[in-house]
Amino acid sequence: MKEPNKNEKKSSPWKSLGTGLAVLAGLIVYAYGFQITKIDLEQLRSERRQESLVRVTRALAQPDIFEYEQVAEAFTAPVYVTCPADGGIVEAPDTSGPYVTVTPSCAEPGEMVTVEGFKFVPNSSGPVRFVPGSDPTNVVELGNDTATTDADGSFAVAIKLPKRPSDEVQFIRVTMRRNVGTPQFTQTARDTWNKIIETVFLALLATTLGTILAIPLSFIAARNLMKSVRSPLTSISLSLLGWPLGIAVGYLLVSWVGTLSAPFAENIPVNVLFVVLTPILASLGLRWALPEEETSKPNKTTQILRLIVLFITVLVAFYGLFQLAHLAINVGLLGIAGLGSLAFLGNFLFQLGDIIAITTPVLGGLATGSALSSFLGRTGQRASERLAPSAIRLLNILFATLAGATLFGLFGWLVEWLYQIGQSVYVLWGPLIVGGLLGLVIALITKPKDTLSTGMVIYYVTRTILNGLRSVEALVMAIVFVIAVGIGPFAGVMALGLHTIVSLAKLYSEQVESIQPGPLEAIQATGANRLQTIIYAVIPQIVPPYISYTMYRWDINVRMSTIIGFVGGGGIGFLLQQNINLLNYRAASAQMLAIAIVVASMDYISSMLREKYV
Amino acid sequence: MLQVKNLTKIYDGGVKALNNVTFDAPKGQFLAVIGLSGSGKSTLLRCINRLIDPTEGQILWNGEDITAANPEEMRRIRRKIGMVFQHFNLVHRSKVLTNVLAGRLGYVNPAWSLLNRFPKEDMAKALQQLERVGIADKANQRADELSGGQQQRVGIARALMQDPEIILADEPVASLDPVLAHSIMKHLEEINKKDGVTVLCSLHFLDLVHRYADRVIALNEGKLVFEGLPSEIDDKKFKDIYGRDAERVG
Repeated sequence: MKEPNKNEKKSSPWKSLGTGLAVLAGLIVYAYGFQITKIDLEQLRSERRQESLVRVTRALAQPDIFEYEQVAEAFTAPVYVTCPADGGIVEAPDTSGPYVTVTPSCAEPGEMVTVEGFKFVPNSSGPVRFVPGSDPTNVVELGNDTATTDADGSFAVAIKLPKRPSDEVQFIRVTMRRNVGTPQFTQTARDTWNKIIETVFLALLATTLGTILAIPLSFIAARNLMKSVRSPLTSISLSLLGWPLGIAVGYLLVSWVGTLSAPFAENIPVNVLFVVLTPILASLGLRWALPEEETSKPNKTTQILRLIVLFITVLVAFYGLFQLAHLAINVGLLGIAGLGSLAFLGNFLFQLGDIIAITTPVLGGLATGSALSSFLGRTGQRASERLAPSAIRLLNILFATLAGATLFGLFGWLVEWLYQIGQSVYVLWGPLIVGGLLGLVIALITKPKDTLSTGMVIYYVTRTILNGLRSVEALVMAIVFVIAVGIGPFAGVMALGLHTIVSLAKLYSEQVESIQPGPLEAIQATGANRLQTIIYAVIPQIVPPYISYTMYRWDINVRMSTIIGFVGGGGIGFLLQQNINLLNYRAASAQMLAIAIVVASMDYISSMLREKYV
Repeated sequence: MLQVKNLTKIYDGGVKALNNVTFDAPKGQFLAVIGLSGSGKSTLLRCINRLIDPTEGQILWNGEDITAANPEEMRRIRRKIGMVFQHFNLVHRSKVLTNVLAGRLGYVNPAWSLLNRFPKEDMAKALQQLERVGIADKANQRADELSGGQQQRVGIARALMQDPEIILADEPVASLDPVLAHSIMKHLEEINKKDGVTVLCSLHFLDLVHRYADRVIALNEGKLVFEGLPSEIDDKKFKDIYGRDAERVG
């Protein structure tokens, strides 16, 4: 059989026609595009626009960065308006320094005289004015002429004498401005510097905060890690119940610990003592309660004892955290008062202490919530393994109904808070009953020993939230945060940080999904649990892409932080927008230059770091 | 003593990878698993430590049913089952020592291992195992800097860290050259003979089977088609295992 030659293509008239039509269609699309985007070169040709364009371009080309300090020196030369009887004889000027002459030295009002200057600084300029009255220091000036010296420092200007006839001698004053000393930064340059530093740190904080929070999120948004997570319904409903209960109990408990630490709040030595003591106590407790290695199963009493010790240890640790917060606040206050120009270090400590003090109860709540939820979940798991199917079904019906009601009840509470409906049928009883029924139905249709893929549910929920938040531009988020925390860089940090969390979590999770499955399998085969598998098999594999994505995000954040100021989020954008609105293009140009330099050097640094660590 | 009873695995797509497989592996035996690619060898080994959940059947290990174990029990069972892989499955960017220590993860307290803290005895033990497989000097190198043969030794050291009672070796020498293959097989043989660890090893080459295995089971399309001594594989049995078109090499 003869193989058909692939290069041999038949050219048919239909094909040519098709190509022609495609080109025509393309042309039409572009023609419409021109219409829509209002492309009109006529505008460009109009003289007024060209003038403005030239002006703005020239201003942009001269960023307002350096300036010289200028001194103005005034020189006067006598002149008679209406020539006196003696013909207007004037004294010869002192020619040792710069001097000005007027020729002729007398003339009628409205006549032209020539003002000449010698021995001035070359290439400087200044106004030439007529000073009426016989006092050369009179502040009143007439005229509108300018003198510009040539390369030799001389000038000659013809000016018209005003209608101020007088018998006495009057004066022509030349005020020459000249630059003295070395060039200095302008106020604009200094403002730009301050704001660009703010911008860089805004981006830095947003990126760091975002990265830290995005990493754990990225694991639960990774399909390959979540797919195998399955648990029986008893376990799911119990752990769902555990979350809100644990958060509430934990928050109250840790807040109570906080009130215990309040009496020693002001005393720095006591703070230090506790900050040193509690970690030691906590680590001792941890070491006892969590032995490094265990080959045999401990008995019940030991287990319970360990749990109690662990509980006390955690409380001690939280007490230590509160003391740490007090210590940081106290030392920070001292620092603010006494460190002078380094007071920002004190402020940092103070704010850090404040952050710890505010977040500790929340942390405690979350920790207790997760602990209680996992404990209850495990209990549910065990129960569903050991009990008879009918008993499990009964438990499932009970707990699933409760969990559903709790979940929907909380949701209803949120709705009430957001929309203030105020009708308990819709926001309390309705959700409770619907949630309970839903739980009941799920409990009835699942077979007692079946496992449900909790992992995928969490995966989809996380993904949906991430995608939803990611589609909100950081600029829009900034507007919300400006309302929440006020105009300034803090709002910008929050907005950029939130946006960084959601977009990095997505990018990261895609990296987690593309890791090699082999090491994962190998680590699982050693008997490692899920968290250990992540630490030992997943994390080493994702370090390089994580670093490069974080760098990339930093880059984006630097660029974003330059415009987040447009909506009040701090950074250089505020200045830039202000100057553009004021038509102060030279200042705007300085800010644009600063942005360009920062973005370019960021790019350079990040590529350097990437090369080094990836 | 490992007993596999009526083991069947049907994958989600409907592929029957294992079909009613039954065999025993007495303690201390070197049992080879042979068969064509895709005959179910890997699936069989992975069912034993439940990396893959079997669809039906039982796996009894010292009388305990592995297929019914809950996650916590599974962690306890898995740590006594070492596994060696065809592609070594080391974590490339981690140090060799860390890779070996990972074999201890089933024993150590999860909370401490998250901070990359291992007990001193485990560190010493890891170095000892690396010494045993002859690459103690590579302990602080990154795993991907090692050659294939060295990587497989790290894999064996990792399995040894588990104090295993059985080692599952999934074609441990299939991606190595013949010389290296023998050195790796000798390590497995030594572990089997000296430590009395049961070895369940899937292999491609019959000469390796003759040289190292005490007993052989053969799979063909998920079915057990042969069980016996390596010397019993004659030309007829060979064709049963590998199909009619197959020819003996090596």
